[in-house]
Amino acid sequence: MKILIVGGGMGGTILANNLARKLRQELKAGKASITMLSASDKHMYQPGLLYVAVGKMNPSELYRDQVSLLEPSIEFKVDPVVEFNLDNNNVKAKSGTTYNYDIIVIATGSRTHAEGTPGLAEHAEQFYTEADAVKMFKRLESFKGGKVVVAVGVPHKCPMAPLEITFMLTDYFKNRGIWDKVQLHYTYPIGRTHSLEPVAKWATPEFERLGITYETLFNMKEVTANTVISEEGTEAEYDLLITVPAHKGMQVIEDAGLGAGGFIPTDRKRLNMEGRDNVYVLGDTTNLPISKAGSTAHFEAEALAENIASMATIGTATRDYDGKVFCFIEAGEGKATYAMFNYQNPPDPKAPTAGIHMFKTAYNKLYWASARGLL
Amino acid sequence: MAERKIVDAKNTFCPGPLMELIANMKQAEVGDELVVLSTDEGSANDIPEWINKVGHEVLETSEEDGVWSIVVKKTK
Repeated sequence: MKILIVGGGMGGTILANNLARKLRQELKAGKASITMLSASDKHMYQPGLLYVAVGKMNPSELYRDQVSLLEPSIEFKVDPVVEFNLDNNNVKAKSGTTYNYDIIVIATGSRTHAEGTPGLAEHAEQFYTEADAVKMFKRLESFKGGKVVVAVGVPHKCPMAPLEITFMLTDYFKNRGIWDKVQLHYTYPIGRTHSLEPVAKWATPEFERLGITYETLFNMKEVTANTVISEEGTEAEYDLLITVPAHKGMQVIEDAGLGAGGFIPTDRKRLNMEGRDNVYVLGDTTNLPISKAGSTAHFEAEALAENIASMATIGTATRDYDGKVFCFIEAGEGKATYAMFNYQNPPDPKAPTAGIHMFKTAYNKLYWASARGLL
Repeated sequence: MAERKIVDAKNTFCPGPLMELIANMKQAEVGDELVVLSTDEGSANDIPEWINKVGHEVLETSEEDGVWSIVVKKTK
């Protein structure tokens, strides 16, 4: 069985490593192979960008060589896919090479699309790439005070990011001693301060305690040099605009017509592309109505690894993905909490503690063990 | 009548039915009709609230066996 994994992010890497261990005998006997195609020879710890943006991490801490994270039995190539030929069970890559497969897993991720909102890319600071996070930090360092607006597009990667950057900005301005010169204003697309109601019930009084103003039902329509105009007909003036922009799937997915916005229609339990039984989708690449987060990709990858391994050995899948998501929430003031939920059970986040913040800080390093499929 | 797009947000908590609808509305064309399926009772209020505030149109709201079905039309 030839297994082809397209994408070397969190989902693809955990899947590849788990499969390599579960199919050790089959790989050794030449009855199975695992090939990963990626656009980069480096693997980035993406949640670290949030810390880079406020000067708490250096970009050099975010990277490992992708090959160092993979089991030796996995064939790894830096050769991004440029064409999907799903009817013929092959893909064409940038090098011109055609890769055939029996099973393909598409885990190409998502990207920011600030350009979709007029004026946003020109006027806002964002933190979803290394260059953007460093640029944002430099802008913060030169900021002397004024109105700071946080504005959020839909859909976006990491549902906790809007709250986390708001609380981390609060800490940043306090530490610089200019909090009394800053008015921090948070906006959010739906009618409460976070999509998870228990999280919103915690965050809203925190905003009030800290003096952070907020406006809900605020979806960016257009941005000028000093104002964000919402779809709902309101405006927020700013001196510094921080955005969590809307995201899209990767261009190659859109170009191949695999899904609107670059998100592939996916079965929520078996994770196969709708209408195809040898094409699977992981993480941000799916169109599933669940969080676009590393933990989603992680738990999906664990379920899918079991299924592909069992298909290779007994001819059938054995388990469903249950919708599990686990997200840390940095709460500022050296504290954090978390939200864990699945398709059936809503989250019940506890009050933030210093202990959870310490664990999150440790996880910033433990991530690499997680990517290797060891945690 | 054009086929209605189904936004199946049943049994999901984050980002939730309204956020899913907002994302799908961005991809829709003016005149398109979308059906949001939700097991969150709050959707029956917060989806019409947003639709009315932005100026789109709510065509139907119904509930059967704990699943709310809210049909909306993109008008601009």
